[in-house]
Formats: sequence, structure tokens, C-alpha cells
Amino acid sequence: MEYIIIIISAIFVNNIVLAQFLGICPFLGVSTKTETAIGMGASVLFVMTLATIVTYLVQMYVLVPLNLAFLQTISFILIIAALVQMLEIILKKVSPSLYQALGIYLPLITTNCAVLGVAILVIKKDFNLTESVVFTVATAIGFALALVIFSGIREQLAIADVPKGMKGIPIALVTAGILALAFMGFAGLV
Amino acid sequence: MNQLNNFSKGFLRENPILVLLLGTCPTLAVTSSAMNGLGMGLATTFVLFMSNVFISVVKNFVPDKVRIPAFVVVIASFVTIVDLLMQAYTPALSNQLGIFIPLIVVNCIVLGRAEAFAAKNNVFSSFIDGLGMGLGFTMALVIIGGIREMLGAGSIFGYKFIAEGADGILVFILAPGAFITLGFLIAILKKINKSS
Repeated sequence: MEYIIIIISAIFVNNIVLAQFLGICPFLGVSTKTETAIGMGASVLFVMTLATIVTYLVQMYVLVPLNLAFLQTISFILIIAALVQMLEIILKKVSPSLYQALGIYLPLITTNCAVLGVAILVIKKDFNLTESVVFTVATAIGFALALVIFSGIREQLAIADVPKGMKGIPIALVTAGILALAFMGFAGLV
Repeated sequence: MNQLNNFSKGFLRENPILVLLLGTCPTLAVTSSAMNGLGMGLATTFVLFMSNVFISVVKNFVPDKVRIPAFVVVIASFVTIVDLLMQAYTPALSNQLGIFIPLIVVNCIVLGRAEAFAAKNNVFSSFIDGLGMGLGFTMALVIIGGIREMLGAGSIFGYKFIAEGADGILVFILAPGAFITLGFLIAILKKINKSS
């Protein structure tokens, strides 16, 4: 039951993009086509889950016992960067087809604040390892969901008659605002 | 003249948020009031000019291949300093901004300036550039925060100017208002930059 609440809250109520404002750059950057949105969503799910598990273990078994919790920011960002690099190398060797599909998104993910954000959030919320993994997977699904919905809207928007000054990013942001408004409807759910 | 140019470009012509669209995450998240915007802006400014200066000092000693990781470590160190200082001296603001202070590390503006400017220019220019960009960022945050606070709560920097008991347009303080305000501001700035 507890897990169900974590999942619903992370996907709908506290959606990482539309309510918590993490990962806006890829949200605006790669959401012009549904296909790329799905690719990005899958990559984020993959990296975010791995990153959270590793950073969680490092925090609990290295930083806290050694009284180095103040090094959290530095160590987490290095771990994530190294992890993404490693993942890229391993994927290239092990599964070229998956690398083909996700490869171009991987370097972008290092600077995705959602990955670091979730790693820190999990520590802040005092989750245990299972809860952390559930929370991360659900958050990543929420990210992918927002991205895919938004890309669908933007595909329509591209052919719509938008006032000249609002073309491009401004109208995309206003649209995202309306989408966020829709997601607020889930607020009473948990 | 050149230095003045370095300093002023961050405000309108190359404003990191409104023109370059860098660092949108903290922009949208912390601007529910003008005060939060100011706090976040100043924290980022500190990190930006400190890391800009530091990187331009060490740029000749860092091998090209490990340049990006080295920059990230420098930036993360300054972010940690700011984070700890804010927790100690401004605990209320630190609480409000939450995880967005450690997240200054992944703010593209900071690494962007390090890579695009500090790694190529001398210490003084980098200092000016960091300060200008940081203050431009702060200005944009305060404007967005101010607009959202005025429309959403009927107050500015915490001083209420509408009647007691009256409400603002709540949606502007909430998440959707952030997107909508930024969208319109970018459209306006596009117009200004085009006509000047």
C-alpha cells in the first residue's frame, strides 16, 4: 500500500517536470517529436534508477560512516558523470542496438538536473533502498509521461497558427503551463 | 569599454534565462516570490563568479582532456560552500530553496560560462563576465518572482498591497503560473531585442 502511494504521488501528484521543475531542459529540448521523447524517457529511466542505487549506497556506506556527508554534492555529480560514461561504453560493446536507440541521449543526461535531483531527494526523504528504487522508477515514468504527452501536443502546435512573437519556446512554455494545470487535478489523489 | 560590454551583456542581449534559455529549472522552481528569486540569484551569482575566476586562474594547468570533470569539481566545491553558508546564516531561505541549492552544480549557466568564457579569457574579464551573467540571472529571477508574487499573492517582497483578506490569482504562485509567466516574458524580450 505504501509503495502504491509513493508510485501514484511520484507519477501524477508530484510529477517531476510539471510540479517539481526538474529536467526542464530536456523537457523543452527533445519534445518536438514523440519518437525522440520516448527514447529520452527510456534513457532517463535507465540512468536515473542506476544512479540512485549507486549514490544511495555510497551515501549510506561511505559518506555517512566516514562523516563526509558534506561532500554529497561533489561525490554525487562525479558518480553520475562516471556512470553515464561507463554505461555508454558498456552499451556500445554489449548491445549495439540499444546503444543506437539511447546513445545520443546519454551525454545529455549528465547535465539533466532530474537525475542529481532525485538522488538528493531520496536521501532527504529518508527512504530505504527498496523505497528509493520504487520512488525513482515512478519518478522516471512520470518524466517520460510528461515528455510524451507534451511532444504529442507540440507536434500539433507545429502546424497551428501561432502569433509571430509567441512562436517556438514562448508558446511551448504556455502550453506546458496549461498541462501543469491539468496535472494539478491529481492533487487530491493522495 | 570592452569590460563594460562583458558586464552588460548578461542583462539584456545575452540574458542567460530570457535569451539563452539556460538554467530554466531553478528559474521556474524558486520564483514563487521575489525574495526567493533574489536569494537564489545571489547564490548562483556567487558560484558563477567564484568558479569563473578560479577556472581562469587554473586553466593553463588543467590538461584539455579532463577539463570538463575538473571544472565540475571546482563548481561543486563552491556550491557546497554556498550551501553550508546558507544553512548556517539564512536557514529559512535555505529551507525554501531546498534541493535547488545543491542543484546549482548542474545549472547549465555555470558550466556554460566556465567552458565558453573562463577557459579562454584572463582572470579579470572572467570575473566581470561571471558577475554580469550572475546579476543578469538574478535580475530575471527577481522580475519573474516579482510578477508571480504580485499577481498571485498581491504583494511584493512580502509587502501586501491589496486589501486585507483579498486573494491574488492563486495559479500564478503555483506551478502552472511559472511556465506561463516565463513564456510571456521571453516573447516580450524577443520583441525588445529585435527592435533595438
